Amino acid sequence: MPPHRIPAQPGEWIDRTLPITFKFEGRSYKGYAGDTLSSALWGSGVRLLGRSFKYHRPRGVMSMAAHDANVFVEDSPHVKNRRNNLRGDVLPITAKLDVVACNTKGGVANDWLRVNQLFAKMLPVGFYYKAFHKPGKLFPFFERSMRGVAGLGRIDPDIEAVNTPKRYDDCDVLVIGAGASGLSAGVAAARAGAHVVLGDDQPHPGGALGYQSPLHSIARDRLRELLAQAGQLDNLDIRQGTMAAGAYGDLWVALVDNDKLTKMRARALIIAGGAFEQPSVFHNNDLPGVMLASAAQRLMHLYGVKPFERCVVLAANSDGYQAAADLRAAGVDVAAIADLRSGGEPTDLAYRAIDAGIAVHRGHCVYEVHPPRVGFGVAGVVLRKLSDDNRPIPDTNVLIDCDGVAMSVGWAPNGGILYQAGARFIYDDQSEQLVSGTLPQGVFAAGRVNGVYDIDDKITDGTRAGQLAAQHLNLSTGSLPAAPSRAVARSHPYPIYENDRHKCFIDFDEDVQLVDIANAHQEGYDNIELLKRYTTFGMGPSQGKLSNMNAVRALAKLNGAGINETGTTTSRPFHQPVLISHLAGRRFHPMRRTPMHVWHHAHHARFMHAGTWYRPEYYAQSGKTREDCIIAEAKRVRSGVGMIDVSTLGKLEVSGPDARTFIEQIYTGKFGKLDVGRTRYVVACDESGIVIDDGMIARLGEDRYYLTATSSGVAAFYREMQRWAILWSMNITLANATGHLAALNIAGPDSRKVVTQVTNVDISADAIPYMHVREGDVAGAPARVMRVGFVGELGFEVHVPASFGLRVWKALIEAGHVYSIGPFGVEAQRLLRLEKGHIILSQDTDALTYPDEAGVAWAIGKDKAFFVGQRSIDVLRKHDATRRLVGFRIDEHYRGTLPQENHLIIRQGKITGRVTSVAHRSTFGFPLGLAYIAPDQAKPGSHVQIRISDGALVPATVTALPFYDPQNERQKM
Amino acid sequence: MKLLTCPINGSRPIQEFTYGGAVRDMPAPDAVNDEQWGDYVFHRNGYPEVKREWWYHTASGVWFIAERDVVNDVIVRTYLYSKGND
Repeated sequence: MPPHRIPAQPGEWIDRTLPITFKFEGRSYKGYAGDTLSSALWGSGVRLLGRSFKYHRPRGVMSMAAHDANVFVEDSPHVKNRRNNLRGDVLPITAKLDVVACNTKGGVANDWLRVNQLFAKMLPVGFYYKAFHKPGKLFPFFERSMRGVAGLGRIDPDIEAVNTPKRYDDCDVLVIGAGASGLSAGVAAARAGAHVVLGDDQPHPGGALGYQSPLHSIARDRLRELLAQAGQLDNLDIRQGTMAAGAYGDLWVALVDNDKLTKMRARALIIAGGAFEQPSVFHNNDLPGVMLASAAQRLMHLYGVKPFERCVVLAANSDGYQAAADLRAAGVDVAAIADLRSGGEPTDLAYRAIDAGIAVHRGHCVYEVHPPRVGFGVAGVVLRKLSDDNRPIPDTNVLIDCDGVAMSVGWAPNGGILYQAGARFIYDDQSEQLVSGTLPQGVFAAGRVNGVYDIDDKITDGTRAGQLAAQHLNLSTGSLPAAPSRAVARSHPYPIYENDRHKCFIDFDEDVQLVDIANAHQEGYDNIELLKRYTTFGMGPSQGKLSNMNAVRALAKLNGAGINETGTTTSRPFHQPVLISHLAGRRFHPMRRTPMHVWHHAHHARFMHAGTWYRPEYYAQSGKTREDCIIAEAKRVRSGVGMIDVSTLGKLEVSGPDARTFIEQIYTGKFGKLDVGRTRYVVACDESGIVIDDGMIARLGEDRYYLTATSSGVAAFYREMQRWAILWSMNITLANATGHLAALNIAGPDSRKVVTQVTNVDISADAIPYMHVREGDVAGAPARVMRVGFVGELGFEVHVPASFGLRVWKALIEAGHVYSIGPFGVEAQRLLRLEKGHIILSQDTDALTYPDEAGVAWAIGKDKAFFVGQRSIDVLRKHDATRRLVGFRIDEHYRGTLPQENHLIIRQGKITGRVTSVAHRSTFGFPLGLAYIAPDQAKPGSHVQIRISDGALVPATVTALPFYDPQNERQKM
Repeated sequence: MKLLTCPINGSRPIQEFTYGGAVRDMPAPDAVNDEQWGDYVFHRNGYPEVKREWWYHTASGVWFIAERDVVNDVIVRTYLYSKGND
């Protein structure tokens, strides 16, 4: 047997028949299957396992449960897909494991950043806040240097992306914690018929039964009984290695295991997560070899590792005496027990310790610990007698040589998940710990979070919680046992001992010292939440599991207040660090395709995202640049005929007796003269008079209207229409037909000749003039045909059921063959409409644009009784306009860099507007665009300057709109 | 993630819903001055209390009212809007 191992323990987690060799800091070590990195290293006699965050102090095992961040490691630099910030306490060893300590320069043993501790006096609390904000010019330098030494693991930029699916799950009762209380809660709820899931972050069930008193037959017997009962219940699903990472609204709990995140929805939640053992605060309480008594017990009972050769036990409860007995049984020489209580231990555990020859020092604290002259660890401790007011008395030193200290001075509830679920904690003066107070509906607590410690009491408390949860779900249970009374105090009210000259750590993660708390308090940080942020206690990776309680105790004393008055800090998700890859998962952004998508794809369309849709941006042609393709598509529309898929347009149907009234109130226009068969451009505003949508309205019948809306805006616009219809009690039928209908726009001087071949509708100029609609058959499909002019040419918009979309598209392409028809994409359409001076909502308008600014005031009906936004537009019109949307052009001989959208219009160093749309090439040859500018610049012919990214000013000339066909003759052909 | 009970579709995860803002009564536009109108359009009461809010079940297109206690983050009740109950 290796020298630091002890004989096999009942219920131990390691398999001594499976030795494993692994690497730490480049050296090989041996352990057993079931060992974690920390246990295997401690079992190999290694005492230096990590370096602290700020001062780079040597650190070893503290909690042996990852309640501290002492042992943070990362894969060695040569390992592929390097992981970092792995917690050594819970990291299983494997033959492949090859890790180094995080946060060192030059390795954990020779970490040169340890010089930081020599400067500790010059790094007082708030140092970084105070020192580095002036002069501002130098901050980038400070920041670079600090980032070099701050932080924990280094990210591997070459890591492969992983796809981690999420599991969605639900249950009646979710129990967290598989100790005595959690198991009995799960059994009780499952016996009542509930579907129970029990999650526990350890690899094996049992909680404290497994490590705290396994030498007692009662602990072993109770665990065996509980597991046997659980095993008989098919509706009790125990998941080991599964951590509750956070609780969210309505009992939605994130469960994290090795492989994945499970989104668990529970109807009732029972927290039986136990308690974190708390350290005492004294000088050098962070040295490797100073550890929690429970950590020593975990090392012995779970991993068969001997924690020390000769130790001192610091106790303030019977747990400490039990730990001393366990240590002795493991062959450790327990030199002394220092008991913080002047009265000592009232149970016969005290006599057993004395009988075993252990020196028991009642009313003594550990005052300081001394490291060895060479190497790392503990060489000896100094005990001091305590005064009646719990202060170490000078000149009462008791010096003891030893290589470790086991601390057993108290517990703090593992209450993070309960807090997050809405519970409040109160300080209980009898047990000297926080216990769960008010619980929200459906949330229950059991065991140590309630201040209940004795095994049979925990079983009663768990059974009670399980039955309460079942009753919450209206399941009947046996008679409810009474809540067990709280045990005698297991926690000392103030296990904190100042040492004038030396470091006493409150928070091991962040190297926050007791003196930092005092200094911060003196500077006025007397509120617990402010103190936390200023000193950063509790803000490290372990979120204050070992520091919050002591910090609260320290502050309460400084404030001369009680714990309840002082308050506690909130622990937020996640309970323990979670791999980012568990959270990232797969991307899920469903995209919509139009019915003609396959055709576009086959014809080399380059697709773009347009809201939730894929739309052809342009159709690629071999040997041609993107811009050449776009210009060619646009020119074809100007000279012949082109066709664009506009199925993404919002398409709404309104019918019914109140349809006309409804439309009058939704849109700015007046529709009294809109006869059946006619169409019109419409604008809609919100209540503040801001333009929110535009489109076409077509009157199909007496009280039947068909509306188009913007592709990206229709969902929100339709939603608002629905609400207005409710608020106004409108007798209408409102339908969003966007996905039901396909639509295309065929435009150009030859478009009529093409459409006429495939339709029974008379589309001659007399039969369907500009801005009219007809219904009929197009290529075998029931269709609505509208004369439109968005791109400024003779054109028809054809709307057909989605299932006919592809067929109609193909028929028109075929019919247009002799006219050299071709498709055009979104870019060509944007250019064509820009030449025509037509705006695109949310491109040429923004969250402050009212109709007058965007040049669509003509679409506002005069003397209307009411429309949404009307009252606000009246108010806006009383003020002077601040900007106008105008056209501009840039000289065709200009050869410099051209402006982009959102570049600013500058006049004498001041911003007067911005570019909203720009085309670097147009069918005219010169660049043109739309821009907001000051009203006094808006006259055609005015010269303005556009500031481009490099700061240069580009001259432009305001131009009357539209650029193309000012008489609007072409679209009316 | 919270649950919200749609009066038509029952209890659903809250991502299925769109928040529609506070329930407000529009004053008669002609009966108020510009300031009063601006107050209606722009100002909202952030006082911690039970709020009456519009919510929309996005998947099915149902608008309804939720009474939400923003102090405790508890949804007190939900129901369809009708002229009588506001």
